Amino acid sequence: MTRTVLSALVSHWRRNPLQLFTLLAGLALATALWSGVQAINAEARASYDAAAATLGEGRYDQLTRADGGAIAVADYVALRRAGWLVSPVVEGRIGDVRVVGIDPLTAPGGLGPVSLADGADMTAFLSGPGQVFGRADALAALGDVAANRVEAPEVAPGTVLTDIAVAQRLLGADGIDRLIVDPVQPMSRGPLDDIVPGLIRQVAQGGSDVGRLTDSFHLNLTAFGLLSFAVGIFIVNGAIGLAFEQRRATVRTMRALGVPLGRLIAAMVAELTVLALVAGAVGVGLGYLIAAALLPDVAATLRGLYGADVGGTLAIRPSWWLSGLAISVGGTAIAAAGALWRLARMPLLAAGQARAWAMAAGRGRLVQGAAAVALLLLAAALAAWGEGLVAGFGLLAALLIGAALALPLVLGVVLALGARASSGALSQWFWADTRQQLPGLSLALMALLLAMAANVGVSTMVSSFRLTFTGFLDQRLASELYVTTADADQARAFVDFATPRTRAILPLMSVDRAIAGLPAQVFAARDDATYRDNWQFLSSVPGVWDVLAAGDGALVNEQLSRRAGLALGDAVAVADGLTLPVVGVFGDYGNPIGQVIVTEPTFRAAYPDVTPLRFGLRVGPEEIETLRADLRAFGLSDAAVIDQAGIKAFSLSVFDRTFTVTTALNVLTLAVAGFAILMSLLTLAALRVPQLAPVWALGLTRAALGRLELARAVLLALLTAALALPLGLGLAWVLLAVVNVEAFGWKLPMFLFPWDYARLFLFAVLAAAIAALWPARRLSRTPPAALLKVFSNER
Amino acid sequence: MLLRVRDVTKTYPGADGPVDVLRGVSLDLGAGETLALTGESGSGKSTLLHLVGGLDAPDAGTIALGGVEITTLDDAGRAALRRGTVGVVFQQFNLIPSLRVADNIAFQARLAGIEDRDAIAAMADSLGLTPQMDKYPEQLSGGQQQRVAIARTLAARPALVLADEPTGNLDEATADQVLDRMLALVGDSGAALMMVTHSQRLAARMGRRLHLRAGSVA
Repeated sequence: MTRTVLSALVSHWRRNPLQLFTLLAGLALATALWSGVQAINAEARASYDAAAATLGEGRYDQLTRADGGAIAVADYVALRRAGWLVSPVVEGRIGDVRVVGIDPLTAPGGLGPVSLADGADMTAFLSGPGQVFGRADALAALGDVAANRVEAPEVAPGTVLTDIAVAQRLLGADGIDRLIVDPVQPMSRGPLDDIVPGLIRQVAQGGSDVGRLTDSFHLNLTAFGLLSFAVGIFIVNGAIGLAFEQRRATVRTMRALGVPLGRLIAAMVAELTVLALVAGAVGVGLGYLIAAALLPDVAATLRGLYGADVGGTLAIRPSWWLSGLAISVGGTAIAAAGALWRLARMPLLAAGQARAWAMAAGRGRLVQGAAAVALLLLAAALAAWGEGLVAGFGLLAALLIGAALALPLVLGVVLALGARASSGALSQWFWADTRQQLPGLSLALMALLLAMAANVGVSTMVSSFRLTFTGFLDQRLASELYVTTADADQARAFVDFATPRTRAILPLMSVDRAIAGLPAQVFAARDDATYRDNWQFLSSVPGVWDVLAAGDGALVNEQLSRRAGLALGDAVAVADGLTLPVVGVFGDYGNPIGQVIVTEPTFRAAYPDVTPLRFGLRVGPEEIETLRADLRAFGLSDAAVIDQAGIKAFSLSVFDRTFTVTTALNVLTLAVAGFAILMSLLTLAALRVPQLAPVWALGLTRAALGRLELARAVLLALLTAALALPLGLGLAWVLLAVVNVEAFGWKLPMFLFPWDYARLFLFAVLAAAIAALWPARRLSRTPPAALLKVFSNER
Repeated sequence: MLLRVRDVTKTYPGADGPVDVLRGVSLDLGAGETLALTGESGSGKSTLLHLVGGLDAPDAGTIALGGVEITTLDDAGRAALRRGTVGVVFQQFNLIPSLRVADNIAFQARLAGIEDRDAIAAMADSLGLTPQMDKYPEQLSGGQQQRVAIARTLAARPALVLADEPTGNLDEATADQVLDRMLALVGDSGAALMMVTHSQRLAARMGRRLHLRAGSVA
């Protein structure tokens, strides 16, 4: 019996391939956008993990010198002799490749590509010219080096690993950059400060720094993926609703012929599951293609923006295959639940007259209206009183779903007003007929609303981020050149050398310190016009720089202010025994941890051991090149001198790549919404003939009817687009002022971009018009015989 | 006795309060018998047919079919009854639009677990449907669709055939042809037939006649 039932159900799709295509394509596109974004995110995260696993970053405590210099080999030996299980690491760059040297004999287990436990060729690694492990592209970029190359895909992108002695030879270094501390240490070892003073122990982190920094970008991408999926679900909902409506009579017949309800529902669930799996598999494949096309840009974006290395190629991961299929099946379940519930409750002997597809009953509209109002009220309540990231996303969901549910009702009111204002017979019919079409088109229009709102919201967010970050770069990169010296001796010599050649030298000094139990850094700021002229505060006391210069206060970044609840006037402990009032709060975008700034004398008094190794140099623009040449002559390599203009230009190019990604996703989402409109109009076209035939018979040509159909689609798209704009701005506000704050602790100012919105408005209407063109053309060519059939009683 | 109906009542909610559609109807029908149910519109003919077919449940009274009291059956039990014991021919044909004629005819038989291609072919042939077997319902005339509906019902070899105005949508000549074939096939299979009709002419061709007036046997 089950086979017979399934075969009858499947026969519906055979007879209605367009409907099947709509269902599969909608679901596949929705899954594709979702899984594409997930694939990009998963790939990026996997790369960070590879980096962290390769270098032990984040997993182990590390020892570095407080002054930032190299650790002497003698100090390392002293620590080992005192019982400390530490392993040396040397690090440097050859061209664009990061070279990391480790000692496999002392490194904690699982660190690096070679370990004793793996039974690797330790002799080859340690002896002769040595071995260099890395990905093929990193090995190729290494140039000519005297070591054997071994391809190792598990090594982080842009990095090569080798024995410490080989690394020292290749980099021309003789010290040790840091020591990795084995998590298991003997109890008998002596205190660190007694054995080697001047070392700082950096505590292991739960996740890598890079991962936390890029979470902001990933969160936005994920939100975008979810929105795109929601757009797709509206398409699927429409397709499933139509399929179920058209099969009502068949279902009733099957039940009358003896098919038990439970078996029928189970068969339909099985049928939809198979369709969802097929569409999901296609969607994941498409998502892979989208991700593969976008990944180079995303990788470049992340690398430039946060310094994270992401491989430029995509690996197919089982996790996002599974999540893609799960989201496809789950989405179908959501879309089909209502239709299945109605079928289960459908009485066997209900009146058999045909019911137009999706013509919602008055009660249904009331329920929808009530749900819309409830969700929008919930959104308002969450905006006012909600706390935490879950509340932020809840607000996002309630706002979008509430607005989507309200759309048909709002459009209904607008169309009713239009009908009331019209006087001619044809225009009255047009308004009334458009209103009648609303239920059938409402799901596609909801998809368009969400797609446009997502576009407006995400574009506003990205553009606002760009403007804010550019301003932030102007503030933070005010110096014309930035110099990094190798050690304290070179730093002192550099200051003597550069002082007569610059207008000002600004030392950059910081220490890590927990403030209010949170990880933070304390920075020193020299009293200079550079800071006074360029820094903007979110809030500050009057004459903030004078107060700071007098050593009577400290500045804190927004993250610390929010997380530690520090407002102006509150005390902050900047060092042991030194507490200062907060005199200013500054924006610090992209920084995951807190930051405190005190004036240079205060800092030097509190942290006498810290020697500045990095400096900002202020010179006139025309003197930059001369100074660079002088610094080269002084002995600083080009890599140690960074041009501020170069950084800014690079940062802006990074944002341009970010735009490429978001623009591509925007275009795809809009295309999905256009597809929804096309499919809705095509499926409605067959149902339209009985409604249009009387108007045709009363004297309107088929061509005129076609034109009116086109005008109807454009009118509805215009109205929807007009409503999408405020919704999109609301979405942007939620992302910038609520979700970002809850997730990362800083709020982004929101800017408006009217020209971008106007262009998007035009695109959306154009997409709707193009989608309506084919159905309208088909209608204008409907043979008179098909129209006449409507008036015939011949069965 | 194949069918035994006793004191069946049925009330439906109406705009002006409950409507008593059936008021204590009783009847018996033996295997191979044919019965015409006649009466004015709203007299309860179709309701009685639906109750006997297990498509609905009475408010009171008993209906025994082949010795089984069907008013005590749950939804699954009534579905099993409709698959195996009873066949219903609807006025609106109720064919499955996405299935070809051949699959429509075989549909109920397959639900009942009967796979007999030869019998299906013979049934189609006897109803003049052989040239239409690969067509879809929408490509057939009304008379042809009703013959497909009859073939679908009889192919499942039910003990009782219920027909709700099966020729109501057909012209007189076609209606006569369809009824001729149905009576012949029912007679061949040994099934009983209960047919609702407004036509006194068609009712006269049945073995017995039961006239309903305002929900009661007149």
